[in-house]
Amino acid sequence: MASKVIHAFYDDDDILMLAVKKVKAAKHHIDEVYCPFPVHGLDKAMGLAPTRLAITAFLYGCVGLSVAVLMMNYIMIEDWPQDIGGKPSFSYLENMPAFVPIMFELTVFFAAHLMVITFYLRSRLWPFKEAENPDVRTTDDHFLMEIEIHDNEQELRDLLIETGAVEINISEKNSH
Amino acid sequence: MYTFSNRLKIASIVLMIVGALGIIGGFVMAPGTIAEAKEMVASHDSGHGDAHGAEAEHATQENDHAVADTHGEEHDSSHDQHLLDQLKNRPWAALYVAAFFFMMISLGVLAFYAIQRAAQAGWSPLLFRVMEGITSYLVPGGIIVFVILLLSVLHMNHLFIWMDESVVAHDALLQGKSGYLNPTFFLIRAAIFLAGWIGYREYSRKLSLAQDESDDDSNFKLNFRISAGFLVFYLISESIMSWDWIMSVEPHWFSTLFGWYIFASMFVSGITVIAMVTIYLKSKGYLEDVNDSHIHDLAKFMFGISIFWTYLWFSQFMLIWYSNIPEEVTYYITRIADYRMPFFGMVAMNFLFPVLLLMNSDYKRVNWFVILTGIVILAGHYMDIFNAIMPSTVGKNWYIGIPEIGSVLFFAGLFIFWVFRALATAPLQPKRNPFIEESRHFHY
Repeated sequence: MASKVIHAFYDDDDILMLAVKKVKAAKHHIDEVYCPFPVHGLDKAMGLAPTRLAITAFLYGCVGLSVAVLMMNYIMIEDWPQDIGGKPSFSYLENMPAFVPIMFELTVFFAAHLMVITFYLRSRLWPFKEAENPDVRTTDDHFLMEIEIHDNEQELRDLLIETGAVEINISEKNSH
Repeated sequence: MYTFSNRLKIASIVLMIVGALGIIGGFVMAPGTIAEAKEMVASHDSGHGDAHGAEAEHATQENDHAVADTHGEEHDSSHDQHLLDQLKNRPWAALYVAAFFFMMISLGVLAFYAIQRAAQAGWSPLLFRVMEGITSYLVPGGIIVFVILLLSVLHMNHLFIWMDESVVAHDALLQGKSGYLNPTFFLIRAAIFLAGWIGYREYSRKLSLAQDESDDDSNFKLNFRISAGFLVFYLISESIMSWDWIMSVEPHWFSTLFGWYIFASMFVSGITVIAMVTIYLKSKGYLEDVNDSHIHDLAKFMFGISIFWTYLWFSQFMLIWYSNIPEEVTYYITRIADYRMPFFGMVAMNFLFPVLLLMNSDYKRVNWFVILTGIVILAGHYMDIFNAIMPSTVGKNWYIGIPEIGSVLFFAGLFIFWVFRALATAPLQPKRNPFIEESRHFHY
């Protein structure tokens, strides 16, 4: 489905923040803001839902810890018990201190890598993907606010110019 | 301007009185003769049945007592003398653990404060007066610890076995260490460290107050410079202090990361107390400009330094456990054999609790959550010092009873009294700190 959207360009993150607050105060829905760098507090100003990435990170950490425990139990206790430092106890618990570094590392490894992969999937990013940002200047020194038009083009245009937009374009957009 | 409320004042005085009674009770109850000591142990656990279970511990303690010949009768009498010494040590050790613990809190806060000054941190100036209030306890707390050490040197107790000349005479290892580990040098070091810490604290506080009244930033800049210098002195002196005041109760044993380990303990306890005092003052309507983000940051530090402490605790434990060298591993064998509950309970309190309770970002802003976790952290780090001192001074005759609880209550009362009295002597918000605006608008 194609829809008409308005693109407002800004050249300063402080002006952008104020503009976002004004647009929200005027009860318009902001579809997206494209920035060359993360702007602190922008997510809250836009009213985005808080991220649930932290919860997935915790769960991935738990998976990593379990994998480490099961793996070390299989390798060092069940499959081929080894006598290292005179500790051939054949018991996971009694040898546990030696496995703590591995448990720690795999917890961090799983949490970190799976969290990044989750982030990419959730953000629809993968190798060789066409960039989604509508204007290349948003990777350099411009900020772009995208608002869908519902027969209120002139009203939006006036509002955005008032908030300090340096350029305003109208374009067609195919939503995915 | 904060006023020390009467209710809190009375509460702290009551704590001190009750605690003092407990301390006195502990000394009165300690046995005077070998017969009394034997009777106490017999009535405590009828039969003294697990004496052989603790053979490993006695084997090491015997070296300290330097009984060269294991002749039967002499062994028995030295064993009984040893028992009497341990039971006599108990009220002293309880007093020392609590005195050190509360001194360590204010010393940890002093280090945190110096780091904020040296880093010219923008978020924390609103909390400087709280930190200065807590570090004021370093004066009485440090002097009390020094007096206990002095009494040990004067042979009023047997906390430090290497101070006993008859022990050193039969112990080649202690003779080898006597160039460093002798009473005179020990006291000189203690005096230098305390003078340095207290001197920095008083001078920095003076500059901090002078900055409020001055019309330029010279006091602030000077405070920055002395704080950076103090941190160098602190790291060296804290490390040596931990060898002297804690590690040397077990003079044959050593660990190269002990200084860091004790530092982590005092740092996290200190930050916890900053958070608790701040939340208390806020609940009474003071410190209006301190917002959720300040509490959030302190809780992040509590969380992070708790993990840092665990990292050091485990690094120390795992290497010694793995290498299993007799002279090193005795330290953990006595603790796991006789102190299983406090030893492993401490890890749960200092690691599992803060990690699980403070992991969620939102919980770091919930004040009662921070207080609850803080209480567990403080109890856990008391147990940390307890586990460091007790096994070497009272052996398996430990118990959390009247002397231990009495000492904690007494020093808690003194700590509250001194800290809140100091907080009431100056406005709680610095006026002319150059970063005060940034701190006021601090937002995470």
